[in-house]
Amino acid sequence: MVKVHLWSGLRSLVDGQDAVEVQASTVGDILRGLVKLYPGLEGPIEAGVSVAVDGKIIANDLTTPVTTESEIYLMQKLRGG
Amino acid sequence: MSKIHVNTTVNGDEVDFLCDPRETLLDCLRDKLQLTGSKEGCGTGDCGACSVVLDGRLVCACLVLGVEAEGKTVDTVEGIAKGQDLHPLQEKFIKYAALQCGICTPGILVATKNLLERSPNPTETEVRYWLAGNLCRCTGYDKIIRAIMDTAAEMREAG
Amino acid sequence: MALDDTKTKDFKFVGTRPERPDGVDKVTGRAKFGADMTAPGMLHGAILRSPHAHARILSIDTSKAEALKGVKAVVTRADFSTNPTFGPGLTGEPWNVLENVMAGEKALYDGHAVAAVAATSALIARDALKLIDVTYEVLDHVTDVDKAMAEGAPVIREGAADKSVPAGMHPNVVRYHDSGHGDVEAGFAEADLVLENSFKTEATHQGYIEPHACLGSLGNDGKGELWCTTQGHWYAQKMCAALLGLETSQLRVTASEIGGGFGGKTTVFIEPVALALSRKANKPVKIVMSRSEVFRATGPTASTSMDIKIGMKKDGTITAASGVFRLQGGAFPGAPCEFTAMCAFAPYALENVHQIGYDVMSNRPKQAAYRAPGSPMAAFAVESVIDDLCKELGLDPIDVRLKNASHKGTKASFGPRFDDIGLVETLEAAKAHEHYNTPLKEGQGRGISCGFWFNHGGETAVSLALSEDGTAQISVGTPDIGGSRASMALMAAEELGIPYEHIRCTVADTATLGYNEISHGSRVTYASGLATIKAAKDAVNKLCKRAAQKWGIPEDAVKWEDGCAVPSGANAGDFDPLPLAKITANMGATGGPIVGHFEATPEGAGVSFATHIVDAEVDHETGKTKIVRYTVVQDAGKAIHPTYVEGQFQGGAAQGIGWALNEEYIYGDDGRLQNAGFLDYRIPLASDLPMIDTVIVEVANPGHPYGVRGVGETSICPPLAAIANAVSAAAGVRMRELPMSPPRIVAALKAAQDG
Repeated sequence: MVKVHLWSGLRSLVDGQDAVEVQASTVGDILRGLVKLYPGLEGPIEAGVSVAVDGKIIANDLTTPVTTESEIYLMQKLRGG
Repeated sequence: MSKIHVNTTVNGDEVDFLCDPRETLLDCLRDKLQLTGSKEGCGTGDCGACSVVLDGRLVCACLVLGVEAEGKTVDTVEGIAKGQDLHPLQEKFIKYAALQCGICTPGILVATKNLLERSPNPTETEVRYWLAGNLCRCTGYDKIIRAIMDTAAEMREAG
Repeated sequence: MALDDTKTKDFKFVGTRPERPDGVDKVTGRAKFGADMTAPGMLHGAILRSPHAHARILSIDTSKAEALKGVKAVVTRADFSTNPTFGPGLTGEPWNVLENVMAGEKALYDGHAVAAVAATSALIARDALKLIDVTYEVLDHVTDVDKAMAEGAPVIREGAADKSVPAGMHPNVVRYHDSGHGDVEAGFAEADLVLENSFKTEATHQGYIEPHACLGSLGNDGKGELWCTTQGHWYAQKMCAALLGLETSQLRVTASEIGGGFGGKTTVFIEPVALALSRKANKPVKIVMSRSEVFRATGPTASTSMDIKIGMKKDGTITAASGVFRLQGGAFPGAPCEFTAMCAFAPYALENVHQIGYDVMSNRPKQAAYRAPGSPMAAFAVESVIDDLCKELGLDPIDVRLKNASHKGTKASFGPRFDDIGLVETLEAAKAHEHYNTPLKEGQGRGISCGFWFNHGGETAVSLALSEDGTAQISVGTPDIGGSRASMALMAAEELGIPYEHIRCTVADTATLGYNEISHGSRVTYASGLATIKAAKDAVNKLCKRAAQKWGIPEDAVKWEDGCAVPSGANAGDFDPLPLAKITANMGATGGPIVGHFEATPEGAGVSFATHIVDAEVDHETGKTKIVRYTVVQDAGKAIHPTYVEGQFQGGAAQGIGWALNEEYIYGDDGRLQNAGFLDYRIPLASDLPMIDTVIVEVANPGHPYGVRGVGETSICPPLAAIANAVSAAAGVRMRELPMSPPRIVAALKAAQDG
């Protein structure tokens, strides 16, 4: 299982937890897994999220691999200027 | 509204066009003579992107009516290079990267050329105040000022 | 993505300062910007805009306008897509864009488009606008962020909030961000000094000198062409297609030269309108915004209201920090509250940190990205409080920042751990800089500040075609806003081993390459650069293959060196180096054209930090400020073309100076923008500024083959705070509201005097 840290604004959608565990080997698995476990996350995830994997912020690439050792943070998607 | 026939000299060429009395010199240069080097950044004389020289005087083409060009001479950015030879200012602007997006560049070149013709040895402060009517949003003016100071020095040396 | 072949030294072309390839076009007036294009039979479009901040549109009568001689088409909201999958709220961004492009049931801000006309001349189009009768029911409005959140504020749009917003908040609060770690209350208890203060910043406009302009042509067969000034023509293609109910691939979009963007040209405004008019009139339609339209209906940044609390020990250690950031982003969701919150404390390694962001709607234009959206305001508030803490504890501001600085492995305030970053290096360079060690003159104040931005990668496609004469042409999909073509050509020259001058870089249209994300997030030199390097490597592989064929040796026995194919070792055989031009000369007969490609979504953008030093003077009588000296120190990872990197540093600093001192959106009680022109909205002039010194720090980004980090945005993160710290020191009173315009300074001095 991969531990995914959420920003606190999402906690109300996952029964108050600040991190949840999903079965995943890629960033895409994580996002699909999160929505399956917590349908309330579908809105925020569809609106655009980035996934920080060991400090690297993945904005688009769902194929990025993750392991059970990875440090994973869900972040809101970047819009630059 | 009936149009007015205007005869004028632009960058040394005798030209004529028909214009509505409400149209600015900038509109006429861009839309009737296809000289699109002069840019409209504001239309109110605040940004200087449309700077041209009218009978030797630096003006904002957006504040001059097209009909006012009758019988006068207009110099625009398109006339700064002589044939294929760039003016030293143009060369230095490229060398110093004195432009990023380049939209203000035509106006700044026209204004600066006019300054150097009046004042071949300007101080940095003089250059900065002369260009106070030419807005640049990209560069912070640093490289523009450096390019101009170097051009002025080189042109003085060349005599 | 895994980077197999990074290169961090022994560059031949990268790091040099050649002339930009489009230089002559730009200094002779030949370069074609948005408004410089024409088409045979072209009509001119103009847009009618709401004079009210908030009003229900009861009816629009266009009959008189349509009857005017020369008018060929009039459009309203009814002429756009009614795709039912669109809806208000966070996921309905195309719906939001459509609602902004042309008002539906309500006009939501002063300047909101309500109808448009195409006519045979620009003058007729303008006259026709006056003949359109719109009946409005004027509604209560609100333009201030704190008032828009308060009980009883007029509701901009019911149901726009997403689920993140806590129960009980005003419906104008549409998004909520909350993050951090540790226990801030415990942290504050450990501190020797805790300071808490509130700050405000006004909305500012990106202020690009080129107004939005486009030329659109669309037939009733659903096929169209669009020329426009934009930071992202694939986005324009996608969004226009969605708003007009077209197939994306049937609309070809060409990006003009772009006269500045800074984030403000990352969306569409007039482009769908020109296409709708063109479809109706069956002729090409050109629309060029006036400067007043640019101010009233495009851009600006969010305005903010912020509360910051920081605790510090006597030795300078920050024990805890918390911040609340309220951002007003106009009549639509999208103010970057999460980025303001996440960037706020990012420069510091904090055990206890907590940040909250609110995205609030009001009756103002839809905010657009502006250079590191959201970050500069946060830095202003946070770094002002740190400055006060340093002063009260008698500590050096750079030493304190060094003591608390984030570094590799630090758990960032926004969650994950940092990889290689260069904050400490920028602080050390600032501390060692002659500027920081030069005594101030009487009456001057000095300020410093750090700043942080994430940077971005994004979808990127590049193609590099070789010509028979041994030259190369690169097609990139990211509009060149500040000289990026030069950087692309330098990176290709490095890989191909042919001179920079033999490479031409073109910004290709949407029909030529795969999807390219907008030129935003400081991504161009990073992502298009990475793609250029990879495309060049792809071409090199193909060149080596041709050499192997010619020599009759295996492909892996050939390597590329200095522009030539050479045998990879003694065992590969004895052949003279085969220059690129010798291979391309007969490539048609040896396998066909040689083209390198790269299409991917690079994900290693690499965050970046900067430290700025500012000296300022304040005239205590008039409140006028003057920036007397300015130094930017920023981590660029690797500067491909150092001159243009310096240019980005200087430009960001100059925009920050404007934001800090003079620029602001001023609304009257009637909700109308009162300063929609460059005379009253005052951006920095040449006579306002000093030279802006730069120091390029290079801490390689592991996510780019040469170590590049984006540089465009981070440069605007520290200035607001650094200037506020300098001006506050010079004035002898803490300035907590931007801009620090003369009236505000005079008022602050008077208030301090009256005590």
